[in-house]
Amino acid sequence: MAIDTSNPGDFTKWWMRTTYTRAAYLYLVPSFVIMSVITFYPLLYQVWMSFTSYDITNLRINSDPPEWVGLKNYLDILSGALSAKVTNFDFVRILSFNLIWTFTNVPIHVVTGVLIAVLLNTKGLWFKGVYRAIYILPIVLPTLVIATIWRNMFDQTNGAITLGMISLGGVFNIPPEIFRIRWFESLDPPFEWFLPGQPMPWSFYAMLIANIWLGWPFMTIVATGALQSIPSDLYEAASIDGASGVQQFLNITVPLIRPAMVPAAMYGIITTFNLFNFIYMMSRGGPLGQTEILVTQAFKIVNAQQLYGVAAAFSVLIFFILLGLTLLTNVITKGTERYDI
Amino acid sequence: MTFEKGLPFWKQLVLQALALLVAFTVLFPILWIISMSLDPRNLSRPTELNLIPPGASFDAYLKVMDKPTANPVTFTELALNQLKLAGGVSVFAVAVAILAAYSFSRFDFRGRRSLMLTVITVLMLPSIASIAPLFVLLNRASLTDPETGRIIFNLRNSLWGVGLALTSGQLPFAIWNLKGYLDTIPRELEEAARIDGASPNQLFFLIILPLATPAIAVTAFLSFLSGWTEFAISWQFLNQPKDFTLAMSLYNMTGPFSSDVPWSRFAAMALLVAAPVAVVYLLAQRWIVSGLTIGSVK
Repeated sequence: MAIDTSNPGDFTKWWMRTTYTRAAYLYLVPSFVIMSVITFYPLLYQVWMSFTSYDITNLRINSDPPEWVGLKNYLDILSGALSAKVTNFDFVRILSFNLIWTFTNVPIHVVTGVLIAVLLNTKGLWFKGVYRAIYILPIVLPTLVIATIWRNMFDQTNGAITLGMISLGGVFNIPPEIFRIRWFESLDPPFEWFLPGQPMPWSFYAMLIANIWLGWPFMTIVATGALQSIPSDLYEAASIDGASGVQQFLNITVPLIRPAMVPAAMYGIITTFNLFNFIYMMSRGGPLGQTEILVTQAFKIVNAQQLYGVAAAFSVLIFFILLGLTLLTNVITKGTERYDI
Repeated sequence: MTFEKGLPFWKQLVLQALALLVAFTVLFPILWIISMSLDPRNLSRPTELNLIPPGASFDAYLKVMDKPTANPVTFTELALNQLKLAGGVSVFAVAVAILAAYSFSRFDFRGRRSLMLTVITVLMLPSIASIAPLFVLLNRASLTDPETGRIIFNLRNSLWGVGLALTSGQLPFAIWNLKGYLDTIPRELEEAARIDGASPNQLFFLIILPLATPAIAVTAFLSFLSGWTEFAISWQFLNQPKDFTLAMSLYNMTGPFSSDVPWSRFAAMALLVAAPVAVVYLLAQRWIVSGLTIGSVK
């Protein structure tokens, strides 16, 4: 904007006119100054680090700067050459597990969550308030604590799951040894007879069970909100027309709660994809790194191997993977924002 | 299906059975951990499923309150560290973020979209994925005794450093979450005030801030919650027992070297860590849940 500063009247006018714009920038200053120092600068520094051999020897003050290695860290990660330094490292396996983990969990959360919400929303059901109060408990407890509890429950000799299965099996004269499963150590894939060739170890199923317990109540809450906004005369009209309960569910409930469930599912996908505390506390990525996800592996490269340059490169890769995932979920969410009857 | 009348009795029974089954699966782990925490026999491992173990007592809680792990720190010290970390980060991040959220939500200015995009981009990255540069950079900020050459203070190895690292991720989250809320506050009130000549500061302090109080409280709580259960950064950064936190100790009690920790003590510890946030959550459930959905959906 051209301002004639020789004329004070113009300047005053301009100053008055831009009051709100100036305020807008001023209110952003504290956040952006702080983020520049502790967020943006470290992230740019991370990109630089990712091209160097930064490791524990470069940590000391006055130590030599790390060597510039170009794309070596990235190539080591992608080609699997990193497995020489990081035990059980296999980028493709980790990424595939991460995706399988996410896309098995979230659909189960959504379906279970919606069905339980429908159950709770049934007119005339007794003790609704009691059930609602109980069903929120998994959300209320910190994930970190939940993961440690479930790990404890899956203990092969004294865990609650093991003890429970043994006493239940005792009724049918099933020997207790069958239920002493080494959930977090066993490398033999379970259910061979049922899912031949399925690659997941027992610890995946243990975590799947625990995370279903953890994940559905959020979906139930979202679905309950959506269900309560469906006008009941839609169902009345449908039942007059002779639609069965299942037909009503598929043709009224599902389409009308979809706009609420899709964003919730997308949120679930991102959360589950990065579920660090849960996996680190429960399986710790074991056995032999079989249940490692990207973020747990990133942490181990820093924490156990202290290969900061490699960890930086790995984090940059995580960034692009998440960028892809986020863009994908945004497209899906946008596409289903509105539903016209 | 009938709508005005109640459910047919047989249907009520079936649905009750289903609802009870779900309630049972939800309660099972919680009852297990409570029951274990009350076990007085100091057994290292329970041998059967009991709701209330014979001779239940709070013994394990007393032991945990005294000294939860082999490290020379009491539960109170651990809890205070965690509280300082979670509380400090949450208050600071929200106080700064509400200003930026106001700007993003209420003003149109050049660069708004690209600045917002920067915030979302950073928000997308989980905090673990910036742990390496934060560790390396904060580690440089250290004071050494010029005579002995010993390190007196290392920012990385202190709660301050962990706090900074947490703020790095919490600030973009708080900005985005608060902006989402502010967007839902109708603008009519402000527009009227604006026509009457109110300044941007007056609009903020007299209109936005009072209306945004519930949103601020919820965002602060969510940020507090993530600080209360923060594990990775503390575990990586801190190595002096006096700085250790509850989350770190809980991991210590279940981690690779925990085979001699009696389960009753682990159970008591788990419940003590969960209790404060669980209570707040239950009391303020309605607001927090709507906050979660708004923050995630917007």
